[in-house]
Amino acid sequence: MNNLTKVGWVTVMGMIALAILPPYFLLTGQAFYMDLATRLVILGIAAVSLNLILGFGGMVSFGHAAFIGLGAYAVGIPSYHATWGGFDLIASYNGLLHLVLALGVSALFALITGAISLRTKGVYFIMITMAFGQMAFFLFQSLDVYNGDDGLTIDVRSELPFINLDSPMQLYGLSYISLVIAMLLVKTIVNSRFGMVLQGAKGNNERMVTLGYNTYLYRLAAYVISGVMCGYAGFLLGNFTTFISPDMMHWTRSGELMFMVILGGAATAFGPVLGSSVFILVEEILSSFTIFWHLPFGLMLIGVVLFIRGGLMGLFKGKGK
Amino acid sequence: MDYTLLFVQVLNGLQLGLLLFLVASGLTLVFGILDFVNLAHGSIYMIGAFICASLTFVLGNFLWAVLVALPLTGIVGYALERIVARNLYDKDHLDHVLGTFGLVLVLDTSAHILWGPAGITVPLPLWLDGQVELFTGAVIPVFRLLIIGTGLTVATGLFWLVNYTRLGMLIRAGASNRTMVSALGIDIQTLFALVFALGAMLSGLAGMLIAPITGANIGMGGQIIITAFVVIIIGGIGSMKGAFIAAIIIGLIDTLGRSFLDTLFTLIMNENAAETAAPAVSAMMIYILMAVILAVKPQGLFPPKVR
Repeated sequence: MNNLTKVGWVTVMGMIALAILPPYFLLTGQAFYMDLATRLVILGIAAVSLNLILGFGGMVSFGHAAFIGLGAYAVGIPSYHATWGGFDLIASYNGLLHLVLALGVSALFALITGAISLRTKGVYFIMITMAFGQMAFFLFQSLDVYNGDDGLTIDVRSELPFINLDSPMQLYGLSYISLVIAMLLVKTIVNSRFGMVLQGAKGNNERMVTLGYNTYLYRLAAYVISGVMCGYAGFLLGNFTTFISPDMMHWTRSGELMFMVILGGAATAFGPVLGSSVFILVEEILSSFTIFWHLPFGLMLIGVVLFIRGGLMGLFKGKGK
Repeated sequence: MDYTLLFVQVLNGLQLGLLLFLVASGLTLVFGILDFVNLAHGSIYMIGAFICASLTFVLGNFLWAVLVALPLTGIVGYALERIVARNLYDKDHLDHVLGTFGLVLVLDTSAHILWGPAGITVPLPLWLDGQVELFTGAVIPVFRLLIIGTGLTVATGLFWLVNYTRLGMLIRAGASNRTMVSALGIDIQTLFALVFALGAMLSGLAGMLIAPITGANIGMGGQIIITAFVVIIIGGIGSMKGAFIAAIIIGLIDTLGRSFLDTLFTLIMNENAAETAAPAVSAMMIYILMAVILAVKPQGLFPPKVR
């Protein structure tokens, strides 16, 4: 522990706080804060997944909220049919089926949209991923079977072995452990040979291509991994909110995810989690004062972009950057 | 097939396409010369609609309102460039996106505070409010014809401006090499601000034209900005010609898809399935088109040559 840098300390302390505080709040009867923390941790997973391609891979995906929505609908749709009949193939409360669907559909969507989007670069990539995200949004909005715009209430949560998602504590525990695993996974990926190529391609793509790497395939693989992780976050979010609607996939949601990553600090391990934490807390505080909370929030966003380089984690790094 | 309906829908598609062009042209102009991604462009469209709506009630006439609202929208655009956008030019596209996303939140909430959550319906003068029968069965609202006429006029004016005037020459020169342009003694900052204000006016005009049909409302900017992005991606970012062609294509495909896809689908599947599938597919159609075009030409139909 002696060798920990300042950034390392913030990471460890932050993760310990997230492990201890929310259960403490729940046990002392302040369930509201537990709810807040659960949302924060789940969105943290989504932000960590986005950070893999945005921070380390340099791929600015502006449509990541689509994966959250796909993951959530992978819980909602089978559960809906299990209750109301129809679509026997997937109608079930079985959480493992939901999980396989969430991850499978996310992987497929990432593979197809990624294969097309990654042929482009720069601002084209930003806008195409955004457009694909909107495509998913409009698709679910037009599906009257699932109430279109009005959304779908999930009556029965995913049934998993050993874990009861109806218990706030167990749901939080699962989310927290998932977040830790997601962070470790990204760390492992980034430090692997695969991750090195990915970061090399971010810095100088031509050089990596000249060295003989097919960077397109590396990026596509990273994009799919990121999409699957984000779909998993959606699976958790659907089980947490028990209400899903196309609004989860709206481009402004993708923008918020991006903001979480940048706010906390892109290409850092804890940055996305710090970003999602600050985001959720500020949103909660501001919206308790005024219904016009988007106004100060928007100003804050502009301020962060103009004045804080490297996000909040950058503040801990001190000299250098 | 009902050819009268087809004709009416083609006109509707054309109208949507021209409105899209007004929004997309400003977007592509600003990107082409400033290399700046502006998500707040849709909010300017909304602000144009709201200013025009308020002025219609103050001045008592929609057309006068448009004439006064246009320069006002330009001023809003100029102010936004001065206060926010200018500070973002040096940063990367990611920062543009986030900064202007913040601007969207600020502008949309401000509109909410100023004009209320409900939105405003804009009344038309009597002579614009009627309908004409172009031929038997083809009844078109006069105002829609006015939109098409205005859109075509502005598009022509814009081509003239960009291709045959001194300002247009500077715009094109700035798009290909801005350092060189400023080295030749052109005040590039003023040029940037002018281009930004011009883009704002074009987008605001589109908002004003749609206001009598849909009303001015808070969500309208967020809806059109994505479609406008799809337009400039398909057309090739920075290309005026590309934006025009892509806007018309998208306007037609979107409108025709929504009205005829279910009939088309009944040819290959039963009616029930067609009724479910048609709205879903038509909602995704422009994105599918975009995907197909980009799969073939990753830079869009008319990629600008220099960059």
